Amino acid sequence: MSAMETTPYALPDSDAEHEQLQKTWGPRRGPFSWFSQIDHRTIGRRFIVTAFVWFGLGGLLAALMRIQLAKPNNTFLSADQYNQIFTMHGTTMMFLFAVPVMEAVAIYIIPLMLGTRGLAFPRATAYAYYMFLFGGTMLYVAFFLNMAPDAGWFNYVPLSAPQFSPGKRIDIWAQLVNFTEISALTVAVEIIVTIFKQRAPGMSINRMPLYVWSMLVTAFMIVFAMPAVMVASNYIGLDRLVGTHFFNKAEGGDVLLWQHLFWFFGHPEVYIIFIPALGMVSTIITVFCRRKIFGYTAMVLSLVATAFIGFGLWVHHMFATGLPQSGQSYFTAASMMIAVPSGVQIFCWIATIAMGKPEFRPPLMFVLGFVAIFVLGGLTGVMLAAVPLNLQLHDTFFVVAHLHYVLIGGAVFPLLGALFFWFPKMTGRLMNERWGHISFWLTFAGFNVTFFPQHKLGLVGMPRRIYTYLPETGWGPLNLLSTIGAGILALGVLCFVVNALYSMKRGAIAGSNPWHAPTLEWATTSPPPHYNFLHLPTVSSTEPLWDHPENAPVVTGLALKKREVLITRLFDAEPDHLYLYPGTTPWAFLSAVATGGMFVALLFTPWALPIGVAIATTTLLCWFWPSSPRDEGEAPEQP
Amino acid sequence: MNGRATIDVSGLPDHAFGSRSIMWWMTVCVIAIEGTVFLVTIASYFYLQGNEAAWPPPGTRLPGLQWPTINTLILLVSLIPNQLAKSAAEKEEMLKVRIWMSVAALFAVGFVIVRTLEFRHLNVSWDSNAYGSITWTLLGFHTFHLVTDLIDTVALLVLMFTHHGYKGRRFVDVSENCFYWYFVVISWLPIYAVLYWAPRLL
Amino acid sequence: MTFVTFFAGSGIQSALEPAGAHAARIGRLWDVFLIISAVVWLLVMIALFIALARRKREETPDGAARARTTVSIATAITLVTLAALLVASVLTGRAIADHAPPGTIQLKVTGKQWWWQVEYDDPDKSKRFTDANEIHIPVGVPVNIQLHSSDVIHSFWIPNLNGKQDLIPGHDGSIQLQATRPGIYRGQCAEFCGLQHAKMALWVHAMTQSDYANWLTAARQPSKIPSTPEQRKGEEVFMSSPCPLCHTIQGTDAGGKTGPDLTHFAGRRSIAAGTWPNRRGYLAGWIVDPQHIKPGSQMPPMLLDEGQLQPLLAYLESLQ
Ligand code: HEA
Ligand code: HEA
Ligand code: HEC
Ligand code: CUA
Ligand SMILES: [Cu+2]
Repeated sequence: MSAMETTPYALPDSDAEHEQLQKTWGPRRGPFSWFSQIDHRTIGRRFIVTAFVWFGLGGLLAALMRIQLAKPNNTFLSADQYNQIFTMHGTTMMFLFAVPVMEAVAIYIIPLMLGTRGLAFPRATAYAYYMFLFGGTMLYVAFFLNMAPDAGWFNYVPLSAPQFSPGKRIDIWAQLVNFTEISALTVAVEIIVTIFKQRAPGMSINRMPLYVWSMLVTAFMIVFAMPAVMVASNYIGLDRLVGTHFFNKAEGGDVLLWQHLFWFFGHPEVYIIFIPALGMVSTIITVFCRRKIFGYTAMVLSLVATAFIGFGLWVHHMFATGLPQSGQSYFTAASMMIAVPSGVQIFCWIATIAMGKPEFRPPLMFVLGFVAIFVLGGLTGVMLAAVPLNLQLHDTFFVVAHLHYVLIGGAVFPLLGALFFWFPKMTGRLMNERWGHISFWLTFAGFNVTFFPQHKLGLVGMPRRIYTYLPETGWGPLNLLSTIGAGILALGVLCFVVNALYSMKRGAIAGSNPWHAPTLEWATTSPPPHYNFLHLPTVSSTEPLWDHPENAPVVTGLALKKREVLITRLFDAEPDHLYLYPGTTPWAFLSAVATGGMFVALLFTPWALPIGVAIATTTLLCWFWPSSPRDEGEAPEQP
Repeated sequence: MNGRATIDVSGLPDHAFGSRSIMWWMTVCVIAIEGTVFLVTIASYFYLQGNEAAWPPPGTRLPGLQWPTINTLILLVSLIPNQLAKSAAEKEEMLKVRIWMSVAALFAVGFVIVRTLEFRHLNVSWDSNAYGSITWTLLGFHTFHLVTDLIDTVALLVLMFTHHGYKGRRFVDVSENCFYWYFVVISWLPIYAVLYWAPRLL
Repeated sequence: MTFVTFFAGSGIQSALEPAGAHAARIGRLWDVFLIISAVVWLLVMIALFIALARRKREETPDGAARARTTVSIATAITLVTLAALLVASVLTGRAIADHAPPGTIQLKVTGKQWWWQVEYDDPDKSKRFTDANEIHIPVGVPVNIQLHSSDVIHSFWIPNLNGKQDLIPGHDGSIQLQATRPGIYRGQCAEFCGLQHAKMALWVHAMTQSDYANWLTAARQPSKIPSTPEQRKGEEVFMSSPCPLCHTIQGTDAGGKTGPDLTHFAGRRSIAAGTWPNRRGYLAGWIVDPQHIKPGSQMPPMLLDEGQLQPLLAYLESLQ
């Protein structure tokens, strides 16, 4: 195999270099090598697949809920089962699917888009992946042992306090939060550092693709939002395990403290899901309208503004708790103001489409579906932000409708489009377009049939999280419609998944840049070699591949026998110095086993903390101790 | 279709200090995360205080002031060897790095020892009331990050006494480690004020 | 406009069919938001279709300038629209804010897993009484309801009359109702409160002032003395079973506080917080095995033989 025939970014006669780099950056081989891989493409792929497995399970749970709600007085699920299932569904979708999948795609794509050889701190990527995997596994093992959390995805106290929820169910939830947040924070740090310091020469801050911007903003939001929920989940863990009184009003604790902490995280969380999707939308529109995005600066400022305002909205989830009026008006105003940056982006995309030449291929279809659904969901969000309306709509199916409009319409649709779009880069093969269209129309129709009626259900009084209802309420027909829609939606998802699985083996060969896309991930072969780029590209605009359909400018002089990466300067991305990445290691995996084991043991005894910390520290020392040339970035010894 | 070479980077240095290095940025991110943890915990502290007529609640004694004050002094003084180690690292002077890092680590050990006394003189248990819970937790979080940093420092120190230490990037690691210690010290000051002075003054 | 008819309301638990002063104002605000949102959505869709269908010209600097103007105007319109919505929302919020004029009726509602306790306050202690799962209010008079919780968070919500308010342990809240027409309205606990959150409903009877006065007089009386032998037998069964440990019946020795007050139980529309109609068959099913219909409920199953059950039912049905 030769790396250079199809890209304009390779110097002639570099077969030998390719061979050597392949050895230097290649995976470890051997019996347990699966656990030692650390490179961002391998881990990114695993991350995406794992997130989709959780999505499939979360979706199947949703199907169970929809069956139960299809008719009044249904007995398909018991109250206890239903409560576990909706909690599992929300927890899975938010903590194990939506946030991780966005990070997973970034793990794969960001280094390629930046034109570098990997993600900063590659071993940490592996660690983050295993923490994510173990957390999800713990949750589902608990579920099958009938020990799943059952207090909703925001786990309000005092319902989740020891007095009202004995047993281990809530502790599982609290530990799951620790698993996923550690994973998310690790990845966020890597993304920030990679974007700041490893951009291709010439990719100054004002030439970063919008997807890179969106991930940068997201990573910062993660850094400032996730600590709040970790602190909160540790409070509840302590209340349950060692008898602290954070939420026990008899001893001076306070139940609203939980709500403040949770939503201080929870609201930014929804934008953490949504903002990467915005980057995907911009990417897809650029490519399939054959035009650079209109209003780049406005787009960037909108992303940043969304992030900032996003930290000042959390109380709009708590209007019904009866906080003082004046404060509530502030949060209404802020919630409405956040519609402005969203609107600006919608307008800029429409302008881009108007000035470009749209090609109606599946990724663009998903994006167009996104616009229709998300704008509606955003508008229901504005309704919810008005206190008087909120007091009627809060905790009803209207909210359920809103959250699925923005989460599925606003994030899952762009995600599916982006996966269709990046699939050839990841696998070397194209997905089938006809089935792409079919899965789009099925999901689009199914989605609206499922969730549009839920607006009305909320207005006519159906609270959320009820496992059954009486025939006299009149909610039966619309619920049945919603259930039918969920069936269509599931079929659409299934088509997409099958299309992907089939195309992985049988799809048309893609070539390095099948969509004639302008960003650097398309400047290398599909799938990319272990070292990503034979010669690092340099750029002089936001659309480098459109500037240089051939004879593209590249960097030379990076070591061949060491895992050397180029570090560039923060703003102008001029080459600054060189840095050696460590090589493959089993210790990232073993550290995750140690920390994960500690979290699980903490379900049972506080003594797990000192013991677990000792073991985890040992594994971490082994991880960082340079005991072989591999740890210092040298190529592994040749056999 | 072929590329053209434009920049040759083979002559670039193999390490750099401060905000040029990726270690520095990682440290900044970690500081941001831990700083947020502390801020959120301090916010909880005042939120809970707002619920009580008296703080600490009636029947609970004030936390002892002597040990934390001693500890604050230890931390402040430790900034001196810490800064000396940092400058030595940036000048890549191995001997001075070894000396001053060792001294700084000794300060940290001293701090951890005094910390145990500090816990003993909190005069409240974590399970007596919400005040006790938040006090223990805030001090606990700080201790946790202190101890992990101490372990990290000692490991790096040992490394600096081996042949692995003679690498440019190790000096970057030392410099970042010292940078982080500044955060340990500076974050302690508000925590000290909250835990020991807020109940007395507010 | 199928869209609007789709959102036309119906029912006794609907925010779209206001029967109270507060709900009516919220309903008007809803209409404003609905119409504006529908227009905004349609405009965006129309713009999108035009953009997609447009015959493309070569790109000109002129075109980009026009796009810039269009986007700026759209943003400005967004700002103005949002400001207008904000003002409308705040004004409605002020109008519905609680300001209980003195002399209004004071009630206290306590949320429990999973039923509602209702206490009617009165300056005269002897006129106070307790009821469960049903509220009676006069039409046209503002009623002030103090909200408490004795366990977890619940949420009090009668959509036809007003928005919702949480019942939070440690944070007492309140809400006002003011019915504008007589009728029976249903409400349901809106905050997830555990296993039987789905079966925690309550009824509000909005009555004319004279009906209300009559009801009030009757409600303050202890329950009727059992008149038939069967009822008397039933009373004995009740008193000798564990029932009095949890239930109060005014005028008897039964004084338990764990469960709903049964003094005027026979007058209720439903049993177990709106779970079943208050009819003999259902009542029998409830008493014998509350866990069947409402698993997790705080009332344990009762071991009663047929000879005890029928009189007990007769007795309960006599509690007027
Ligand atoms: C991707 C996730 C996502 C996104 C993007 C949003 C976006 C918004 N959300 Fe939503 N929200 C959730 C996910 C999300 N939400 C979830 C998961 C919940 C429920 C959590 C739970 O309880 O389980 C929730 C709940 C929720 C509530 C609380 C409901 C309740 O429980 O009572 C509120 C209240 O204010 C709200 C408001 C908003 C607003 C104002 C926006 C705005 O950002 C929307 C802005 C966008 C637009 C308005 C459309 C585009 C704009 C234009 C085309 C311009 C023209 C517009 C006008 C003139 C108005 N959301
Ligand atoms: C990203 C987030 C996300 C996503 C994608 C979904 C997807 C869906 N959700 Fe969910 N939902 C939430 C986030 C999400 N939800 C949240 C946060 C809550 C609140 C929880 C709470 O109250 O605590 C909620 C609550 C919620 C409720 C309300 C429950 C209640 O309050 O009583 C309902 C009911 O209809 C529902 C339905 C659905 C349906 C039908 C889908 C469908 O879109 C699902 C479609 C997908 C499938 C059916 C999967 C198909 C499977 C395959 C194709 C097999 C492939 C298998 C493998 C790869 C292993 N959801
Ligand atoms: C351990 C406490 C307990 C005992 C003993 C008990 N109950 Fe109950 N009862 C309750 C509780 C709690 C409820 C409310 C349950 C709910 O709605 O979830 C209730 C509800 C009821 C209701 C429905 C009230 C309404 O308005 O919805 C009736 C009728 C009733 N009980 C009758 C009885 C009778 C008759 C007995 C004895 C044979 C009895 N109870 C024994 C606790 C008890
Ligand atoms: Cu009470 Cu839900
Ligand atoms: Cu929100």
